This record gives sequence, structure tokens and C-alpha cells, in this order.
Amino acid sequence: MNFTDVLSNAFRGAFGPEAAIYALAAVGLNLHFGFTGLLNFGHVGFMLVGAYGVAVSVSTWGLSLWVGLLVGIACSIVLALILGIPTLRLRGDYLAIATIAGAEVLRYFYRSDWAAPLTGGVYGLRQFANEFFALNPYSSDLALGPLYFSARNLWVMTAGWALVILASLLVYLLIRSPWGRVLRAIREDELAARSLGKNVYAYKMQSLVLGGVIGGIAGALIAIATQSVNPDNFNPAVTFYLWAIMILGGASTILGPIIGSMIFWFLATFLDSFLRNATASGVIPPDLLSGPDVGALRFVFVGLCLLLLMIYRPAGILGDPKELRLDVR
Amino acid sequence: MSDELINPSLIDAREEIVATEQDSARSEGAKRAAAALAGVAAEPGVAKPDAILVADDVSKSFGGVKAVRVDHLEVQRSTITALIGPNGAGKSTFFNLVSGFDKPDTGTWSFNGTDISGSPAYRIARRGMVRTFQLTKALMRLTTLENVMLGATGQRGERMLNAPLRWVWKGQEKDIEQKADDLIERFRLGHMRDEFAGTMSGGQRKLLEMARAMMVDPTMIMLDEPMAGVNPALVQSLLGHIQQLRDDGMSIVLVEHDMDVIMSISDWIVVFAEGAVIAEGRPDDIRTNEKVIEAYLGKRRALPTSQENEA
Repeated sequence: MNFTDVLSNAFRGAFGPEAAIYALAAVGLNLHFGFTGLLNFGHVGFMLVGAYGVAVSVSTWGLSLWVGLLVGIACSIVLALILGIPTLRLRGDYLAIATIAGAEVLRYFYRSDWAAPLTGGVYGLRQFANEFFALNPYSSDLALGPLYFSARNLWVMTAGWALVILASLLVYLLIRSPWGRVLRAIREDELAARSLGKNVYAYKMQSLVLGGVIGGIAGALIAIATQSVNPDNFNPAVTFYLWAIMILGGASTILGPIIGSMIFWFLATFLDSFLRNATASGVIPPDLLSGPDVGALRFVFVGLCLLLLMIYRPAGILGDPKELRLDVR
Repeated sequence: MSDELINPSLIDAREEIVATEQDSARSEGAKRAAAALAGVAAEPGVAKPDAILVADDVSKSFGGVKAVRVDHLEVQRSTITALIGPNGAGKSTFFNLVSGFDKPDTGTWSFNGTDISGSPAYRIARRGMVRTFQLTKALMRLTTLENVMLGATGQRGERMLNAPLRWVWKGQEKDIEQKADDLIERFRLGHMRDEFAGTMSGGQRKLLEMARAMMVDPTMIMLDEPMAGVNPALVQSLLGHIQQLRDDGMSIVLVEHDMDVIMSISDWIVVFAEGAVIAEGRPDDIRTNEKVIEAYLGKRRALPTSQENEA
């Protein structure tokens, strides 16, 4: 049983590329749900089109990675419009249905044989982000005591966390403006906003597009970081991890998605590493728990931790519990 | 209901109270409104000398029930016009239709001379016809100040591309804040300025909703049951505000169930029953109108002249 290992793994999880990417996607989701009240249960769909925008542009069409990034962003905008135009005039739950279905339809579409010449079907695409890694300014790996990051990961983390900060700053500026005030008013009661002369539909659409683009960029970053895309990595569970992250950190706070993502990945890697270590060293008998079950079990524990958090801090780590108490109408 | 139930001494007492109430409370605006409506006959669908809202043939069905079927209705400018009628008479539905919150089956209506039938609710609000809701819609997790500031129209910072550029809207925001603060003071919500609106009492929310609506600079304000669930002390203050608005020249349409309130502040009353307008007139006309009494008021409220009208 090596606790230094377990802890250093957990910290690597908290600051690593996944944490940055999930934080970025959660910033977009937070703009949807936390600030506008849009029930988006298909955020992974935006990530998928963002990722494939990059992958298809480079691998299939032979375009530059940066053009691919723009294609990914354009795809997220189109997806937001497709999801939003028919549903945003209706009650909130219709968007929830459309997004959850839309994300799954997209996943099946991208993995279908029919789309395989473009998307690589079930095998996906790989090795399309060399342009990104060619720019890597880090020549050697980083070792801070037991903490260790490869030069590659460092570069992804730098880009990832920089984007998280940029996106959060943008959301901060937007939310503190009169535009943000209208969004928050829509979250509280869209009929009231409409009665005061606000074009609610247009604001909801703007929020859906902007949050979707942030999600799309997060998806593109996953594709770039792993140098591969596979449709089945963009399954509905990702959306729900993002929801967990957002609520954990505190929905409708600026730093909530960032803190939430760090805690989420800290817990996930800590439990994974702990269980693996414990089974390997025989602290947990092998006939009780063996290697392959660890991956599943760790999310059981993550769920348990989230449950405890919801009981003791229902508004999230950064949320204002006073706000929650207001919801009794 | 037989005539023996009417106790003459009670009626006299009631008449006296109403008369003194009317005389003492009569403001400039009330006198002006009374003068403007002086020659108008008390019959359904009558034309007004200076109508701000004109509705024609507005109807709406829910399933088999015709909820609203208004042939013609005009609302006089700078008056307090009350819509009354039993529950389910179609007052609130009519409100929803003309304010763009619901789509009618048929009908056209115009506001300030412009046809606004079928316009989306937010455009109607921007034209200066603002409504409030029966179930108050305080924006819970916004502060009182934010609630009121939201009402301002033409905000540069409400465009997404301007929003991150603080310097574009900073000056305007300051003016809006000033105006909002004035309104908050006027509606005596100063102590709640920076509190979440969700912490307010029901009556304070009614005040907040009215202040917020005023921020839009409306020419007409439609209040859906502004007194519902408000304690009697606050009712007086709300009434004061409403009358003050009328005296400032605003047109007010309100749905209300409290008859004493209606009779004391309205310049004109429109009576709904089963979706249609069955009577219109000044409070005195309505009090003595046989149809209204039958449909709604009950004989106890009526003045003795109702018997004369019958003939």
C-alpha cells in the first residue's frame, strides 16, 4: 500500500488534462443551466461535433488543425441552432428531451457505416493533432516531488487551463452585464422577462449557442489531447459527469465548474488509485475485489461522495445556500 | 334571494359610506377621467372619446369552452378601468390575449392607434403596454435593484456583443440605476434594495412587480389582481400608487375581485360573464345594473335604484 502514489495520482487527476477539459465543458453547461436555466442533457453532443470537426477536417479532408478547430466551432453553432430553433419557444423540458436525444442520435450517426468514410465509423480517427504538439514549448517532463507530468500533458494542460480561464473570464464579464441580468431573469421566470419587453427566445438562443461553442471547444481539446476520436467516448455518461461537476462546484457561480471538475477528478482518480493499490497489495482480498471491477466501483464511490455533498452542501461547494432556500414558492 | 333580505337602513349606511369615500378621495385625475367619460353611455361595447386600447371580435376557446368572446371593447386613456366578473369569466384570459401571452382564435386589437394583434408579448411591452401577473413573478434570485433595473428598455448592454465591453454601457447603467432607485424609494422598498426578491413578502412582491413594470415607461399598465393576498394596510398604499399613476396620465386596466376596491378607485368598470362583456359603466351604473347584480354582485350590494331600472 503506497499512499504517496495514491495521493500523487489523485493530484495529477485534479490538475490533469481531463480536469481542464471537463471544467471547460462545464463552464458552457453552467452558462446554459446555471445562468439561463436551460435544461441541456446532451452537452456531450456539442463536445462530439467539436471533436469530430477537428478530426474529420485534418484526417479526412487534409486541412490544417486550426481550420479544423473553426469547423468544430461552426458545427457546435449549427447543432445549437438545430436543437434550439424548434424547442426554445416551448417549455423547458422539451429542450431537455431534444438535447438528450440529439446527442445520442449524433453518436449513432458518427459511428454508422454510412458515415464511416468521413468519420472512421466505430474505429474513429487518430493522429491528427501533430500540428498542436509541434508547438509544444516544454522540452522536458516535469517532476514536482512525487507529482509527475509528461511534456505532452503539460502542453495540453497549459492550453486547457488557459482556455478554462479565458472562458470563465468571458462568462464573468457577460453575466455581470445587463445581458447577463436578462439571462438570469429568464432563469427565474421567462414570462416575467417577456412582460418587460425582453425577446426571451433570442436570449435563450444566444446562451445555447455560446455555451455550445464552449462545449465544442472542450470536445476539440479532448480530440487533440488524445490524438484520437471515437464516437463511443462521447456517451451520455459524459453529460452526467458534467452535471455532477457543475452541481458539485456550485451552479450559477463563475468558479464552480472549475472547482467542481478538480474535486471530481481528484475523487475519481484517488478512489481508482486507492482501490487498485489496495487490491494489488492484498489489503483488500483479491476474491472480494479484482482489477477489472475497480473501474466500475470507483464511480459508485464517487456517487456516494456526491450524495454526501448534496446532503451537507446542497448548493455546491461555492454556491450560496441562501439561494436554495428561496426556491420554496 | 328575496327583496325582504334587503335591509333599508343597511343600504342607506352603505350609500353614505360610498358617497363620502368618493368625495374625499377624488383626485385631479379622477375628476379629469370622470369629465372625459361624462357623455359615454353605460352599455357594452360603447365607443370612448379617446380610446387607447380597442379590441374587436376577440375570441378564444379551450376545448369546447368559449373562454373569451369580446365583440368590441374600448379602454379610455388616462383612466382606471376595472375588469370584473365571476371566476372563469375570461378576464385573465382576455388579459393574456391582448398582451400577447396567448394566441386568440379570432380577433384584432390596437393599442395607441397601432394594430398589435398577433404581436409577440415582448414587442407589445416595448410599445408601452405592460402587464403584471395574478401569481406574482418576482425574480427570486435577483436582488430588488436588479429586478427593477431589468425593466429599463433600450439597454445597450443587453446586446450580447456589447455585454463584455463595460465602457459601452457603463454610463447608461448608472442612469438606469438612478431611475430604479427612485422607483424603489417611491414604492417604499428601499430597505430591500440589495436583498434577493425571493425574501420578500407577498405584498412587497406586488409592489416590486409594479415598480418593475413602471421601469418600462409604459403608457398603459395592466394589473392582474394586484391586491390578491395583500394585507389591508398595504392595499391602501397600493391603491394610492395606482391612483397616483392615473393622475400622472397613465392608463390602468385591472382585474380585481375586491368590490370595495373596485368601486372606490375605478373610473370605468367592464363586467365579464362567460367570456363576454355583459355591462360597462361608471361604478354607480354597475351598482344599479340588473344584469350585473344577477351575474355577480348579489342583491345586497345594490342600491335601491335597481328596482327603477327594471321598469
